[in-house]
Amino acid sequence: MLATLPYWGVSLIRILGGIVAVLLPAGSIVYIFLFKMMSFMQSRLGPMEAGPYGSMQLFAEVGKWLQKEDLAPDGADKRLFKMAPLIVLASTFLLVAVVPFGPDAWFTNFEAGVFYALAVSSVSVLGILMAGWSSANKYSLMGGLRAAGQLIAYELPMVLAVIGVVIQAGTMNLQQIVVKQNNDKIFGLHFLGNPYILTQFVGFIVFMIAVQAELTQTPFDMPIAESELVSGYMTEYSGFRFLIFFIGEFATAGVFALIASALFLGGWGVPFSWFGWHNIGDVANWMNVVGPLIMFVKMMIVVFLIMWVRFSFPRFREDQLQRFAWKVLIPIALANIMLTAILKVAF
Amino acid sequence: MTATTSGQVISDRQQLAYIASQAADARVNVELETEGMTLNIGPQHPATHGTLRIIARLDGEQVIWAEPSAGYMHRGYEKLTEVRSFPQVTALINRIDWLGSFANEVPFILAAEKLMGIEAPPRAQYIRTILFELSRIANVTLFLGDLGVQLGAITPVFFAFRDREYALNLIEAATGGRFHPNFDRIGGLKDDLPKGWIDEAKATMKKMKQFCDTIEDLLFGNEIFQIRTRGIGVIPKDVAMSYGLSGANARASGIDWDLRRDQTLPMAWDKADWKVITHPAGDSFARCWVRLQETREACSIVEQLVDNIPAGPIMAKVPRIVKVPEGEAWVSTENPLGEMGYYVVSKGDTGPFRVKIRSASFNNISITPWLLKGVFVPDIITILASLYFILGDIDR
Repeated sequence: MLATLPYWGVSLIRILGGIVAVLLPAGSIVYIFLFKMMSFMQSRLGPMEAGPYGSMQLFAEVGKWLQKEDLAPDGADKRLFKMAPLIVLASTFLLVAVVPFGPDAWFTNFEAGVFYALAVSSVSVLGILMAGWSSANKYSLMGGLRAAGQLIAYELPMVLAVIGVVIQAGTMNLQQIVVKQNNDKIFGLHFLGNPYILTQFVGFIVFMIAVQAELTQTPFDMPIAESELVSGYMTEYSGFRFLIFFIGEFATAGVFALIASALFLGGWGVPFSWFGWHNIGDVANWMNVVGPLIMFVKMMIVVFLIMWVRFSFPRFREDQLQRFAWKVLIPIALANIMLTAILKVAF
Repeated sequence: MTATTSGQVISDRQQLAYIASQAADARVNVELETEGMTLNIGPQHPATHGTLRIIARLDGEQVIWAEPSAGYMHRGYEKLTEVRSFPQVTALINRIDWLGSFANEVPFILAAEKLMGIEAPPRAQYIRTILFELSRIANVTLFLGDLGVQLGAITPVFFAFRDREYALNLIEAATGGRFHPNFDRIGGLKDDLPKGWIDEAKATMKKMKQFCDTIEDLLFGNEIFQIRTRGIGVIPKDVAMSYGLSGANARASGIDWDLRRDQTLPMAWDKADWKVITHPAGDSFARCWVRLQETREACSIVEQLVDNIPAGPIMAKVPRIVKVPEGEAWVSTENPLGEMGYYVVSKGDTGPFRVKIRSASFNNISITPWLLKGVFVPDIITILASLYFILGDIDR
């Protein structure tokens, strides 16, 4: 169907799809996990008034934030201060661009997809540093500096964990990684395809820990650390700029979960052997509709893991965090790469 | 551990921090490098649960020098007591440590009784002790939940608030006031226990013990909690003594000292079988652990005492208008936060002439300038949380 549309029509659909792909996961994560799951874990009900079971709570909150004054502190570097949340959100949109949702349902499909995703995910560090520096607040500054140190330190184990997948798939194109996982066989069995979580389990764990740190979720939430730094780099923000930070936080969680499910859980696909497909050309057209749903379910499972840890653990101190990255995660990830490479050559 | 020339024992970590602070000063002096940064933690800050202000001089994330600045919530209780009659004072001093209110009343009433030369009947003594321990449970339960929040774990605090409600319900059922019972009278208590309260108390104590198990699983067994608290904010025994620490903070430094056991008061602690919990380490983990174990002990004290409450009156013979004879008396008890005492001076009037309140938190917090030297900013929060102060108890 997409092929028959003019170029501007396809572009429009992709832009709208991108907005949906960022905002829909963010909204459902906030409602299902932040409002409801956290409440049930803490033996309370969570929001119950707005809409059935509080399902309209998020709209109420967004409405509240939009009404608030757009404040900037007197001493702030106003231009940077106002730009910072947008840069954080832009990083999320750039990130979702390479995620494939179906055989034809993608925003962009190019060879260095994984490389691009890892590169643009660090753009948000700039926004956070800008927010921390420009707020003219000591707590913000400390939060921004902590964030910079942490995000850069955890970029490395994340890249190293992904390299295992790249070696195994032999490509950096996310679409082809997904196809490979569903088309391959493991131990001669076609039934499950070969989702890389089975062979790259260590990589998956390292990747998820690094994602937890990249998202500054507990136990790695030192940049925000509300009991120490009030709210870290977000301290001085209010109104819709705070809302953008907030959306950015949960949308990025969703997008990282999408990337994790594309890299490790088989992405949008079902094992091709179930329907007798042999390559991407055989895949039926209805997968463009079912694929996004499968991605959504997988994303929710991955985000559940992230949020489960977030609501259960206390936070590290930042020197302990750095020690954990450099002395534990990176050696494990390097060993995983070597093992993968050896096995790749052997088989 | 090394001993300095002044005989003070300091840890290697603190010695290194001292050297670092000297070096930092030297750097600033020759205008070579970075200056430090002065960070005001408080008066409004999420971690100080009240209006305590800590002025910290930082070198990066390390504290060179820190000083608590109290007094933002000074309410002048010592002066206010002078214009009130003895029975009215209990309504005031309830608000000193607002989480364990009943425990604040007891030492004052005991001091007044001491001056008048009367003693509450045994039944009143038992019920006083039970309510005293219940307020300890209500107080420390909140500490155990709040500890998680200070360290970044948000879930335990909700369990703490949920289960603390059971203890508050018990206090409310007996006294009519959840937070501020104002129940203690000179010579006894206002009322007897309501019907069915004892069974309720037993059931609640079971729940509170379960809560202690939950917190032990959720927090104390967590590796991150352990690396955040073990070896952080170590107070050696002699330093703890020289700063006048009391309560769980002193016992966590290995000082085997508990006023419930070590002095004879007309209370019922000696009628129950319990033990004083101490820990040799003196770090933040020890302080938290001692409080957790003490909650368990308090539960078992209540369980034992409710079974053996003697029959009899709850009020001694006291004149309708209380006039306390001339004299001075000092009574202190082992309150949830530590030693709390009242020095009451009476001139034979209906009200006290002068009351000096010795509250535990004020002394406990006075160690912070010594303790915070050389720690990192997140450890400030851990140390303050584990020292456990109530702002009302500091500023009075």
